[in-house]
Amino acid sequence: MQQLEPLIARCRDLVEDLDLANVKAWKAAHPRGIAIGYLPIYAPREIVHAAGGLPVGVVGAGEELEIVRGDACFQSYICHLPRSVIELALTGRLDVLEGMIFPSTCDVIRNLSGIWKLSFPGKWTHYLDLPQNFEPEMGGVFYRRILHEMYAELCAMTGLAPDTECLRASVRLFNENRRLVGDLYAARAAEPWKFGAKDSYLVLRAGLVLPVEEHTTVLREYIQLCKARDVRPLDNARIALRGAFCEQPPLALIQTLERAGCYVVEDDFLPMLRWPSADVSEQGDPLDALVTSWLATPCEAASRFVKDGSEKGCTLVDSTREAKAEGVIFATPSFCDPALLDRPMLQAALQRSGIAFTSFKYAENTGQMQPIREQAGTFADSIKLWGEA
Amino acid sequence: MKPTIAKEPSMLRQKDMVAGHYHKLGTAQERGQKVAYTFVPGNLTELMLSFDLLPVYPEINALQNAMRKLSGDYIAEAERAGHSEDVCTYVKCDIGMMLKGNTGPTGEKMPPPDVLLLSYTGCFTFMKWFELLREKYRCPTAMLHVPYMPDGVITKESRDYVVKQLKDVIIPALEKSSGKKYDEERLREMLKLSAKAEDDLVTVLESAKHRPSPIDSYFGGVYYIGPLFTAFRGTQDAVDYYRELREEVEGRMARGEGPITPEGQVSDERFRLVVEGPPNWTHFREFWKMFHDEGAVVFASTYTKVGGLYDRGFRHDPDRPLESLAEYCLGCYTNLGLPRRVELISEYVRDYQADGFVINSVKSCDSFSSGQLVMLREIEKRTGLAGAFIETDLVDPRYFSPANVRTRLESYFQMLAQKREGALAR
Ligand code: SF4
Ligand code: SF4
Repeated sequence: MQQLEPLIARCRDLVEDLDLANVKAWKAAHPRGIAIGYLPIYAPREIVHAAGGLPVGVVGAGEELEIVRGDACFQSYICHLPRSVIELALTGRLDVLEGMIFPSTCDVIRNLSGIWKLSFPGKWTHYLDLPQNFEPEMGGVFYRRILHEMYAELCAMTGLAPDTECLRASVRLFNENRRLVGDLYAARAAEPWKFGAKDSYLVLRAGLVLPVEEHTTVLREYIQLCKARDVRPLDNARIALRGAFCEQPPLALIQTLERAGCYVVEDDFLPMLRWPSADVSEQGDPLDALVTSWLATPCEAASRFVKDGSEKGCTLVDSTREAKAEGVIFATPSFCDPALLDRPMLQAALQRSGIAFTSFKYAENTGQMQPIREQAGTFADSIKLWGEA
Repeated sequence: MKPTIAKEPSMLRQKDMVAGHYHKLGTAQERGQKVAYTFVPGNLTELMLSFDLLPVYPEINALQNAMRKLSGDYIAEAERAGHSEDVCTYVKCDIGMMLKGNTGPTGEKMPPPDVLLLSYTGCFTFMKWFELLREKYRCPTAMLHVPYMPDGVITKESRDYVVKQLKDVIIPALEKSSGKKYDEERLREMLKLSAKAEDDLVTVLESAKHRPSPIDSYFGGVYYIGPLFTAFRGTQDAVDYYRELREEVEGRMARGEGPITPEGQVSDERFRLVVEGPPNWTHFREFWKMFHDEGAVVFASTYTKVGGLYDRGFRHDPDRPLESLAEYCLGCYTNLGLPRRVELISEYVRDYQADGFVINSVKSCDSFSSGQLVMLREIEKRTGLAGAFIETDLVDPRYFSPANVRTRLESYFQMLAQKREGALAR
């Protein structure tokens, strides 16, 4: 087993490597393999894996990349993510990807799929229309056909024949990976002082570029190493973070929250690595199982319609309570309509449940942390004060 | 002094129709008539009317409020209530209006919805908007998921999916809200009327190919599409309106007259343009005047296609009622992928022999605006014409800067004039 520091350093290198060296290395080792990118917030990675591909999560470029061409593609009032993604692509950093999946997360990602088609006509570009009707005979039938076609198209690229057993094996691997992601969240909620929010995030995010088998090993080791650490708890406020499901905050922001006296015990970073929250069935037809898990998964997200009868925000309230968070921080990308339109409803749900919250906006390249530090610090102090009162 | 606007009979007729509709809404509760809220793109007006449900289109309320200079206050009210400054201003205008007592643009109180018919076509925000309204009104929401058409081609599978939802989700929900049984014969009759009116609208839109054009297809166009894109499709009123409109336009064409604008008739058609994107509503007249002053007439626009691409052949079909409603939802402009949007605008530029094209990029609308800079370059490449790119908003007066917009447009028109002179000199 590795030591903690080198493990985290490796994850950090993977996260910060905009040239995707490990994807290139994987392809060198798998000459018939393909690398397929996917945008937030959910894509069935199992399908890519079963077709002999490496699914690669593309969530922007953070603080590091200077945006030149991306700004010429998007007006100032569009969030930052698409401009850094297009910058990565136009500077050749995504050339290693044979194709890209654009899930139906919002109109910006939807239209980015069109930009992709216009800009990279030779690449495989797939708009993934996740059903908003959750009945098996409607949304289910529609979605199954999409998955079936996607699998066939990817197999045609790698030369593998679509195969139920292969697909089931992939389902098994991703189930195992998601279980460990769940373990990581549970362990961090139990002893947040042993799992730094930023380090946990790096370990999680490495899963966007690592082969699933390898990421599972990394997760397992990380959890064990952290649990064994001898660290004393601080008198921090336990908070849940919401709104960062697509464009990712800069690492400095996560660190700032910790330094401001917050233990992040729950968050909505990178849902693609956590969904569906329950295992996909390993029995029967794997495509059916993927469909069923999507239809039935209790994930609440801005891009997923909340049916009549289920209260918007109740999942947030439940997960906040489950993680024993004392308050919620809404950290939302600027100009992110889905997150910002959702926010008043989620805040109303928190208010009804007596859970404190505060809100601010960021961009993936936000550099100024002082205002955030002050706001988070004041929030943490007030939680402690009221909690003790 | 403001110029006197020559009002043609069809304009007066439309004004009466709109006022009548708002009055019906204002009295719906006392008359016991049920109300459905829905959105313009992919609206199922005939279906709603076949259940005697009165439709409310929140975007129309928002734009009407903007034209009456009410939207700024409503948006401020919504922002005070916690809505972000970053999001679509249609939503905030609507929520602000609701928070301030739900008085509609004509001064009559809007009835609460009995059902929110969420025809989820071409815009992600629609879903959030109705989730927000559902929280306030505590009424049922009927969700119709209309898949996006990334290649601009309607597939059988997508149509089947929509039809199945119409049968199994939407119709039962409307039956429940209205207390009436689904009557397919009645729906067919309405669709027959829709198709008639649609034929006439297409004749009107295509008249812009004539020189000089008798219509302006953007600023004037928003009036022409009004009844068909909203509460009147499927009614005899719409048929009468479009017949009258067509006759007026044909008359103007025969007399060699240009379009009517608030500043009077365009007599000197200097520039033929295609416009992409919705107009600004808070300064609608001022915006139009900027084009009028330069003799710029718009021959084709994409905004007049958000409620259907009739000019590309789509008609509601009484023989295939649910299938054609599904195809209608799937084929609305903002539900089409960017490559198809680029293709369509390039076709318009060619078909209408445009001198140039303008993209009005509105801050509110990711669905329209995201990707427009790439579209601009791609259309320039395909047509060989330079385009103009201006930025405004729909209903938030803070984002319309008259000086900036005017300067941009003026320099664009100057550039077009110089190009033309250069070509003549050669
Ligand atoms: S940050 Fe928000 S608006 Fe931007 S791409 Fe992601 S979900 Fe869409
Ligand atoms: S985002 Fe655009 S299409 Fe959607 S409601 Fe707002 S203005 Fe309309």
